[in-house]
Amino acid sequence: MRVTFTVNGRRETADDVWEGESLLYVLRERVGLPGSKNACEQGECGSCTVYLDGVTVCACLVAAGQAEGREIRTVEGLADGDRLDAVQEAFVECGAVQCGFCTPGLVVQAHDLIERIPRPSDAEIREALAGNLCRCTGYEKILDAVRLAAARKAGDR
Amino acid sequence: MDFLRPATWAEALAAKADRPEVVPIQGGTDMMVELNFDVRRPPGLLDLNRITELAGWSSEPDGRLRVGAGVSYARLIAELGDRLPGLAQASRTVGSPQIRNRGTVGGNLGAASPAGDSHPPLLATGAVVEVESAGRGVRMIPAADFYLGVKRSALEPDELIRAFWMSPASGPQYFSKVGTRNAMVIAVCSFAIALHPGERRVGTGIGSAAPTPRRAVAAEEFLAAELDWESRLDPEVLRRFGELASEAASPIDDVRGTAGYRRHAIAVMARRTLTWAWNEFRSGHFERRAG
Ligand SMILES: Cc1cc2nc3c(=O)[nH]c(=O)nc-3n(C[C@H](O)[C@H](O)[C@H](O)COP(=O)(O)OP(=O)(O)OC[C@H]3O[C@@H](n4cnc5c(N)ncnc54)[C@H](O)[C@@H]3O)c2cc1C
Ligand code: FES
Ligand code: FES
Repeated sequence: MRVTFTVNGRRETADDVWEGESLLYVLRERVGLPGSKNACEQGECGSCTVYLDGVTVCACLVAAGQAEGREIRTVEGLADGDRLDAVQEAFVECGAVQCGFCTPGLVVQAHDLIERIPRPSDAEIREALAGNLCRCTGYEKILDAVRLAAARKAGDR
Repeated sequence: MDFLRPATWAEALAAKADRPEVVPIQGGTDMMVELNFDVRRPPGLLDLNRITELAGWSSEPDGRLRVGAGVSYARLIAELGDRLPGLAQASRTVGSPQIRNRGTVGGNLGAASPAGDSHPPLLATGAVVEVESAGRGVRMIPAADFYLGVKRSALEPDELIRAFWMSPASGPQYFSKVGTRNAMVIAVCSFAIALHPGERRVGTGIGSAAPTPRRAVAAEEFLAAELDWESRLDPEVLRRFGELASEAASPIDDVRGTAGYRRHAIAVMARRTLTWAWNEFRSGHFERRAG
């Protein structure tokens, strides 16, 4: 089947999509956006987190056909040209990235948190990131990065 | 495989009547896992995301809330958490934020897993499931009659779940769930309680400790007879309530826990949730909040 949707502000059409295929597969293999990672395909790890009509979801659990006509924003759509989003910048600065596999999902989920709650408490950060697994960092530097990004964004305002 | 995308409820019912073997999909948080892992390869998917009726809720003339099968846990918590506190508390324990943004009570009912977290509060509050088919119209199924066996429900092949009906809480409600950690866990077992002070009655629901979610009927009857609503909770009443709740379960040993552990945990959760609810009721906090 054919699926048409908007991703990062651009209209995209994917052809020959299998009816049982996930949005994650379409993004990575058909639209050429490999930022969202495929690790578990069962909603457990969060590495495939994207915005679907402004709400964060696991792209591996959205059927491709369900994305028809809808708006998707992936990690590739967060930076403004060469200027990284504050969350991305903070992840780099704080050393919150090791192998990097979990990073795109965490960045999208943290981005959403700060949009909704500009000054999140530590409990709110932990709750927001509960569905994003990292096998490398031990999370402390990720928490540092989210705190830093939130502080910077709040300062901007 | 086909991908059907009805735009209206009537179209969805017609499609399901025409092809009962196609499988509905809402949040996909159960369905897509099965597809990704090739556990299931249905002849077609029936996407219900475009049907606006399913994504809304309303206050009905009889005072009850009618909540569309497609309302996500996240929206249920945000929009109905004050009126449906027990179900909202259970919803907060489902998966992760991403799962709660997509997953629905309708999908939880559709899957009918004994471990589904919405079931105990649906049972404790006497919720009713509204299902419909193109041929036979609407059926209203009390939650207690909905679950028939492990992952089996009263839903017929040509029917779809439209909504569930639940009264706004008339007293304190609590949910408790045992798992190996705080987030992202399937319940080892769970328990829900709802106080109905006006009727001098307490409702219960047990999860993941029997082939289906079920009420602890003898425990409810015991409280209806023995609870003194004007005084403190008698420790002996509390103890016996836990014991009867535990006896209502018929758990098995599995990877998540043993039957013995589950029986023990149900008694503990029954006592704990009743204590929480009773303290809230006696403090008058609930009336103030509701008022
Ligand atoms: C990582 C992860 C964690 C999870 N954690 C929990 C948890 O803590 N607690 C819990 O209870 N569940 C949990 N789940 C399971 C799942 O999220 C829930 O069961 C959820 O309620 C399913 O809703 P859905 O809309 O996503 O269902 P879908 O996957 O869309 O559908 C589920 C089933 O219901 C049927 N169905 C859907 N809508 C209808 C309808 N309107 N009429 C008839 N049938 C219908 C489908 O055909 C399918 O069989 C988890 C899942 C994942 C992936
Ligand atoms: S790949 Fe989607 S949650 Fe792990
Ligand atoms: S940096 Fe390797 S999984 Fe998180």
